[in-house]
Amino acid sequence: MIRKALAPIAALAAVTSLFFSQGAHAESGWHLLNMRQGVTAISREIYSLHMLIFWVCVVIGIVVFSVMIWSIVTFRKSKGAVPDTTMVHNTKVEIIWTAIPVAILVAMAVPAAKTLVQIEDTRNTELTIKVTGFQWGWQYDYLENGVRFFSRLERKADAARQLGSGVDPNTIPNYLLDVDNPLVVPAGTKVRLLITAADVIHAWWVPDFGMKKDAIPGFVNEMWFNVDEDKTGIYRGQCTELCGRDHAFMPIVVDVRSKEDFQTWLKATAEAQKQAAAPQPAATAHAG
Amino acid sequence: MAQHAPAAAHAHDDHHDHKPHGWRRWVFATNHKDIGTMYLVFAGIMFFVGGLMAMVIRLELFKPGMQFVDPLLFNSMTTMHALFMIFGAVMPAWTGLANWQIPMQIGAPDMALPRLNNFSFWILPFASAILLLTLLVPGGGPAGGWTLYPPLALQTADAFPMTIFAIHLMGVSSILGSINVIVTIMNMRAPGLSLLRMPLFVWSWLITAYLLIAVMPVLAGAVTMLLTDHYFGTTFFTAAGGGDPVMYQHIFWFFGHPEVYILILPAFGVVSEIIPAFARKPIFGYEAMVYAIASIAFLSFIVWAHHMFTVGMPLAGQIFFMLSTMLIAIPTGVKVFNWSATMWKSSMTFEPPMLFALAFLFLFTIGGFSGLMLAIAPADFQYHDTYFVVAHFHYVLVPGAVFSILGAVYYWLPKWTSKMYDHKLAKVHFWLSAIFVNVLFFPQHFLGLAGMPRRIPDYATQFTDWNMVSSIGAFGFGLSQLLFPYIIWKCVRSGAPAPARAWEGAHGLEWELPSPLPYHTWETPPSAAVIARGAEH
Repeated sequence: MIRKALAPIAALAAVTSLFFSQGAHAESGWHLLNMRQGVTAISREIYSLHMLIFWVCVVIGIVVFSVMIWSIVTFRKSKGAVPDTTMVHNTKVEIIWTAIPVAILVAMAVPAAKTLVQIEDTRNTELTIKVTGFQWGWQYDYLENGVRFFSRLERKADAARQLGSGVDPNTIPNYLLDVDNPLVVPAGTKVRLLITAADVIHAWWVPDFGMKKDAIPGFVNEMWFNVDEDKTGIYRGQCTELCGRDHAFMPIVVDVRSKEDFQTWLKATAEAQKQAAAPQPAATAHAG
Repeated sequence: MAQHAPAAAHAHDDHHDHKPHGWRRWVFATNHKDIGTMYLVFAGIMFFVGGLMAMVIRLELFKPGMQFVDPLLFNSMTTMHALFMIFGAVMPAWTGLANWQIPMQIGAPDMALPRLNNFSFWILPFASAILLLTLLVPGGGPAGGWTLYPPLALQTADAFPMTIFAIHLMGVSSILGSINVIVTIMNMRAPGLSLLRMPLFVWSWLITAYLLIAVMPVLAGAVTMLLTDHYFGTTFFTAAGGGDPVMYQHIFWFFGHPEVYILILPAFGVVSEIIPAFARKPIFGYEAMVYAIASIAFLSFIVWAHHMFTVGMPLAGQIFFMLSTMLIAIPTGVKVFNWSATMWKSSMTFEPPMLFALAFLFLFTIGGFSGLMLAIAPADFQYHDTYFVVAHFHYVLVPGAVFSILGAVYYWLPKWTSKMYDHKLAKVHFWLSAIFVNVLFFPQHFLGLAGMPRRIPDYATQFTDWNMVSSIGAFGFGLSQLLFPYIIWKCVRSGAPAPARAWEGAHGLEWELPSPLPYHTWETPPSAAVIARGAEH
């Protein structure tokens, strides 16, 4: 009977082995088990809160599961265990196991609330960028500098992700996590994002920055991050609020540069955008 | 022997044979057992319909790239998987169990309102059919998530009014079913069976029924506003007309959070019946268990915005909802500790119902731990809308609610059919389910923490390995469930006769009834002596 029950599992194994044979992928993902620490003071604080509550759960789990497992192993009828049917109530024990969780929760709530206060402190920001989510991409608008552009899924990945494209995603670097125009921000600067949406709700999330915020039409949400001075580089994220058919295909890429590099980029981009926006006939006349 | 008196009365009653036969027995059913059976069979079918949708989801997610379905169909699958599992499978399964058990456990002949009972069941197949048919209409099924957040939900094509009508119907069914449960428990308990002598399953359902009556109208209101926004020019949730899309989320989760306890509270009741039976020891802290369920039900009304930490709430709001959510850990902890204490110094055997109850105890606790982690608002900014959340609620709903439903059926099936099922096969069913459910959902914690958003049909390549593991677990879990209808079918067809008290340690009035069960369950109320024997918690 057991063999009969296991037959579908064997069939399943055969089918799955077919799947596996279709090309191994470039980089193993087995080591991806935990939240990343990220590159901002807030993201590290969130990470340590996460680890704290995780270890609290592990310790409680060890205690509770040990009691359960001990009971299951020891108090078996087959081992001649006799039930103590008088054991139905014990006020002292019940008060203890209500009070201990209360204490643990208070101990958790204090640091968590402190972190929340920090996260919500949007004073003294140095650069403001308006982020608008749309179906399906992002628009970035450097409010003080007149630079604005759209950011969408990189073209090769966009072609590969079509149903039955025949392209192996493993051949595309940063599949679904790359865009045509990344958001560029300076390191060591408190950057404020004003987040909204043009059509439906989206959410802007870069795990390395520790924060996500919904982009809601009709609302302007505020969020800030400050990437460590020495942590320049590319950081990737995705839309995290279901926003329709191509929700999976609107990545976020942030290019964090040094303050000087950022200023250079900003000036060049502002100049380029000004020229591109300039009326065409005037340009021709000038050339002529 | 007091319990023989009703049986004798029944034989006489059956002789007159005024009960309907053939298809009339089911279509015009007013007997709580027949209606309970229909609810459970319906829930089983919906479990496989919703399960099939889950298989489509896990098949597409087996590896990166789009292989099988269009992204919009994928979104439909996630949306409808949730709707079918919640409104089609788990809730009707609980109502089915309530129908079977409540009259038996409180010494009543039937439910208080039998025709209402018939109506509340027969709404369901139509509601589900309407919802399923949306897959065939232009534009496909609802694809905005089961939460139907506007403005996205307003982009749904022809499926939109059908989905909302189906939700309304299911809500009506739930409300009517709950009224019946409350009226039955309040009015039809055997004399001498005071509230605090009721079995915990009955208690859990009494509280669940109040939750349902409180929040189903809220859902109905929310989806009706969506409907008028879509078709009648209102702008409740449309910013362009002065509306507020976030208000929908507040209203929805004011329903939605009690709703998740509607799915799990009866499970607490079932586990509190099964563990004492197979531990041969009364439940530890009976009154604390009742108060814990009541506190959880109360708290469920003041935690809703923890589903919305990222919408941009004021700091005070975030702190309030974080603290209120953390409070839930206290009554839930009390329940887990009481179940553990029930097992302490007991004398356990491990028949299939007990195995499912024990798996519930371990795996629901894991779901509770991830719930506690999610309550920490700053950490939730990282967890929110990732696979970590998917792992969390599937741990509480699958090895939580679903395992306890399976355990409940394995516990009471010998009473319902007066036959015993194949224990060996049921244990195979248990072990396959328990192993695969972890293969399926545990890696999703890793995926979420590593940054994989939920509700996506395709993903970055570094998530491949754990997604493959999760999908293999899903296929294994799905296939193992096919054993369940087979075991029941085999039991009904050719099970060995089961004694009236099918389990050595089982207490409760249902086990005082003769097997096979009389047509009208307790035609005369059980005597004080029977109640005293049955009400030993």
